[in-house]
Amino acid sequence: MNTLLKLNEVKLQIEKKIILNIPDLQIVQGEFLGVMGPNGAGKSTLLKLLAFLECHSSGVLSYLGKELSASTISLETRRKFSIALQQSLLLDGTVFQNIALGLKLRKVPKKEIKKKVDYWMETFKISHLAQKNALTLSGGEAQRVNLARAMAVGPDILFLDEPFSALDFPTKIKLMEDFKHIAAKSNTTTVFVSHDLAEIRYLTTTLAIMLDGQIKQSGLTSDVLEHPNLDTASFLNEWKKFY
Amino acid sequence: MNLLVDGLLKALAMLRSGDNEIITIATLTAKVSLTSIFFSTLLGLPLGMVLGLSKFKGRRLLLTFINLGMGLPPVVAGLWITLLLWRSGPLGQFSLLYTPTAIIMAQFIVSLPIIVGLTCSTFQQISDKLLLQIKALGATRTQTLFILLKETKIGIFAAIIAGLGRIIAEVGAAMMVGGNIQGDTRILTTSIVMEVSKGNFDIALALSFILMSAAFLITGSITFLQQRKRNA
Repeated sequence: MNTLLKLNEVKLQIEKKIILNIPDLQIVQGEFLGVMGPNGAGKSTLLKLLAFLECHSSGVLSYLGKELSASTISLETRRKFSIALQQSLLLDGTVFQNIALGLKLRKVPKKEIKKKVDYWMETFKISHLAQKNALTLSGGEAQRVNLARAMAVGPDILFLDEPFSALDFPTKIKLMEDFKHIAAKSNTTTVFVSHDLAEIRYLTTTLAIMLDGQIKQSGLTSDVLEHPNLDTASFLNEWKKFY
Repeated sequence: MNLLVDGLLKALAMLRSGDNEIITIATLTAKVSLTSIFFSTLLGLPLGMVLGLSKFKGRRLLLTFINLGMGLPPVVAGLWITLLLWRSGPLGQFSLLYTPTAIIMAQFIVSLPIIVGLTCSTFQQISDKLLLQIKALGATRTQTLFILLKETKIGIFAAIIAGLGRIIAEVGAAMMVGGNIQGDTRILTTSIVMEVSKGNFDIALALSFILMSAAFLITGSITFLQQRKRNA
């Protein structure tokens, strides 16, 4: 399988504190990688680093074999990634305008924008909201728009930072079901950060457990969850009490 | 109460009769006010954006001066401009004192800190996550600025309205640097002061109604732009 992103001895250090220390991590095409860990483990920082939105202090971070960093990446390459955060962060405008934004920034022709936005609105079941102001949407609707906006640009890698965590349970379940189907159909390589075992188990194929800025265990999701190592067992066992 | 009614009726009569002097004064008022707000917005907006979005050494000190400038007494601004434009001053060779340009300069000085300060506050409220999201969507720096301008239009228009309010209310500096010369630098506020000093309260009131009507029209247009696409 084609390796898209590769990290080798990557560290992020702020003043004297090492925030992230990733000796080795690869993200291959079509993978749905979950990054799980408690609050403050460095999951979101890792996501920003992988999306070239934050500079690493040392080590090698490469995309398609080419060494890059947030300060050296070209706009063209940065546009190959897309991100959806926990908060939907929609802009003042219609749902259509919000989903179209990434395409508009890339100067995609209007006709093509319409075609793509219509497709993604239909896929995320929000076509009826097209002309509604995005700031008036419910949490679930807003998160659908957020995900559609991220998918509309056709990213090589999609980064998701706990996009379901602020939703109520029924809304979350419905959206996760739909998203799992959409992700499988589009075969988009996805890195999904979460602290929720149920979300990770349901959506991801591979899993990396992060504790204190380090990946303590990684592999197939089922393997990691079935056979946690000494470092991850106590963290995972706490979760397993509830699931 | 009678005085108010008289003033209102006089204002209507002045406008209906097409009084040349009133038209000249009102036109000059609009011209200098709009010119000053144009230039203070042109400079204040980018300055406020930079101050609100960036971090650099001395930023806090600069902000303190800008906040101080928001309360700058117009007569102080007038005094500075006068010294600057005085025949022996640094810009004396341009003979700008007692001209509409001098009034524009004074109004620019008093409104600039308001626009910079309020724009800066508006931009400081933009969350880092929104900036990250916009960057992640693939926006260039220029595209980011345009998106942010659109997102903060309510705050920006509020800054412009506040700046304009200061300009419209300003009289001390205009009097000092303009001299209230009939047909040349007389504007509505300086005329009001003059008429009050002459004891012509009805004319002063009439002029104040004209001033407030003009202010209402301009501020109303900006408010319309600010609140467009919003219900109620």
